[in-house]
Amino acid sequence: MSEPLYHFINARLVDPASQFDGPGEVLVQGETILASGPEVAAGPSAITINCDGHALMPGLIDLHVSTGEPGEEQRESLSTAGKAAVAGGVTTMVLQPDTSTVIDDAALVDFITRRGRDRSLARVLAAGALTVGLKGERIAELGLMADAGAVMFTNSDHPIVSTRTMQRCLSYASAFDALVASRPQDAFLSEGGMMNMGELASRLGLAGIASAAETIAANRDIQLAELTGAKLLLDMISSEATLPRIAAAKAQGLDVTASVSVHHLTLNENDLGDYRTFAKLSPPLRGEQDRLALIEGVKSGILDVIVSGHDPRPAEEKRLPFDEAAFGASALETLLPAALILYHEGSIELLDLVRAMTSAPAQILGLPQGRIEAGAPADLILVDLGFPIRFDASRMISKSRNSPYDGRTLQGKVLSTWVAGKKVFSALD
Amino acid sequence: MSPESPPPRAPFTKRHLLQIGDLNRLEALELIERAEVFLPFTQAREKKLSTLKGRTLVNLFFENSTRTQASFELAGKRMSADTVNMAVKSSSVAKGETLLDTAATLNAMGPDILVLRHAASGAAQLLARKVSCSVINAGDGTHEHPTQALLDALTLKRSFGHIEGLVVAICGDVLHSRVARSNVILLSMLGARVRLIAPPTLMPADVDRWGCEIYHNMLEGLQGVDVVMMLRLQLERMNGAYVPSAREYFRFYGLDARKLAVAAPHVKVMHPGPMNRGIEIDSDIADDPRVSLIVDQVESGVAVRMAVLEALASHGANEEADGV
Repeated sequence: MSEPLYHFINARLVDPASQFDGPGEVLVQGETILASGPEVAAGPSAITINCDGHALMPGLIDLHVSTGEPGEEQRESLSTAGKAAVAGGVTTMVLQPDTSTVIDDAALVDFITRRGRDRSLARVLAAGALTVGLKGERIAELGLMADAGAVMFTNSDHPIVSTRTMQRCLSYASAFDALVASRPQDAFLSEGGMMNMGELASRLGLAGIASAAETIAANRDIQLAELTGAKLLLDMISSEATLPRIAAAKAQGLDVTASVSVHHLTLNENDLGDYRTFAKLSPPLRGEQDRLALIEGVKSGILDVIVSGHDPRPAEEKRLPFDEAAFGASALETLLPAALILYHEGSIELLDLVRAMTSAPAQILGLPQGRIEAGAPADLILVDLGFPIRFDASRMISKSRNSPYDGRTLQGKVLSTWVAGKKVFSALD
Repeated sequence: MSPESPPPRAPFTKRHLLQIGDLNRLEALELIERAEVFLPFTQAREKKLSTLKGRTLVNLFFENSTRTQASFELAGKRMSADTVNMAVKSSSVAKGETLLDTAATLNAMGPDILVLRHAASGAAQLLARKVSCSVINAGDGTHEHPTQALLDALTLKRSFGHIEGLVVAICGDVLHSRVARSNVILLSMLGARVRLIAPPTLMPADVDRWGCEIYHNMLEGLQGVDVVMMLRLQLERMNGAYVPSAREYFRFYGLDARKLAVAAPHVKVMHPGPMNRGIEIDSDIADDPRVSLIVDQVESGVAVRMAVLEALASHGANEEADGV
């Protein structure tokens, strides 16, 4: 046997797929997990890795990541995104198609996939554009892109205004059993909006985006999913009012899933403070009541997935008056420690929290990773759950350092990251 | 008390005037009282004080405003500051120069006070974080216009002798009005009761949490009020976007004699200017010296800005900015 054996011992195994959280060991051979359990027999040739009681869990799968490649590498390249990802415990990223060259055809999907394999330490999967150029007019070549490896289709944050176009996109996608992600936001109602509509926006003199803009669009897309039988992921839900609609769709048996960004679970509109553009996000951070409802949504399973919503923006796009500043936050490195706020404060059980970033997204995309079991890819992270960090954005690995968590105390540090049985990150390096 | 005498109070501790919300009641009252001292002086023959001698005041206006800019310029000159007007036209914005680039350039010239007018809410806050001099917000987007509120308060004090207990109706495009926002905060702080009158499309979201009384019917809202403060409605908002037409707006929300008749007999009318005569206010009312305080407002403006400049200058030495 030429491939090395790695024997992880003294670990706290956290594996949501098997609902297991307890002491255990993992044996990895080559790119694959060979065995896992309370005790695993390993031959003398195995290299022992002592986890010192820290949490060993599947590498995170982030369903919503943007980079600047191709076209705007000054924001983020696949290489820098990959470095940031593995440092944050993310071993698989699904890239949005909203680069300056829109990923709307098979050759570009192929480019991203290959380029990701060559340049990124984390696995890279491409989401294809749902419509050509994200213009919301013509259906993109979904079938060809799926053949080239696109794992889902989305119009990113360019809402498809025409209900008929959306219906046809969903209808056509269903022929390929393709997953369609929709960022629900009514284009007209949200037009010109800068932050959550409400008392704070009124006081700051900033145009508001009503929660209803999300709920209306989510309702529309759920009804179209029912009409067409398509697989729909409602991406980055921000408001309480949308949750009962998603719950009803699921109860009805529709193939509807939903995600939420870690920012919306851990921050609210008050974090905008004195026009802090680093907390200017799309969808906007909403009120505390919404945040608490979203946490309940994750606990109850209405919200399946937690994403980073990584959107790297250089300082020159952020250090502007609020109206002119770009939306978005660089978030791959903070996904896990920010999500762990919810574990440490007792809001969400660790298994439920980790599930939303591992086995749940894996299941939605039909990926083999995201679990610790024999035969699964050896994508693993070792995490010191309690390690306190004072988050300093100036030390971020991502090329853009627009983090709303700058200066915050977070808890939880990735000690090492393994992708396909290869150690790609170590906090000691 | 002569204008040259030092202000009889504790030194003003704020470095900037960015929003009314940053002031406490005492500070606001002192600024208004100090402006009252300057008032007669603005009408005197010899109008120059040496308070700001050697200091530099830069008017940085990204939006046109003849009135406010002139008012700040006069206030500065009367206090012997070197006053520079910079009208930043859209051209330099088109060249890609950002507000902070401009700020860095200006900062290097070492001004003592920057007066900023900008179309984006929060622009003054952003600038204040990046320059080492004092910043006065002369209107930022739809956020605040603090000196306008102070001059309105001074105007009311001159006319009524007090502000506490006055019932003030602010009417018109509250949604887009920085004047309304500053006035709601200041007048409430000074003990006036504020009513807001506008169609729902021109009312900010959750405005009921501002502590004002909200009216959509102007005749009801004006019942017994001491003061009517009219707001300007931009012409482009009258074409069906927010209200159906100018004539319908004037019918229901324009100030005319019929509507004014339900206010208190001693009612006074104000307008921050420039006025749309016949759209939000009838000319007869605007020009009636028994009712209109509009000219007094302009006069108060210079005095209030002198008081603000003096207060900020008393703050003294420049501090380091947090890096541009």
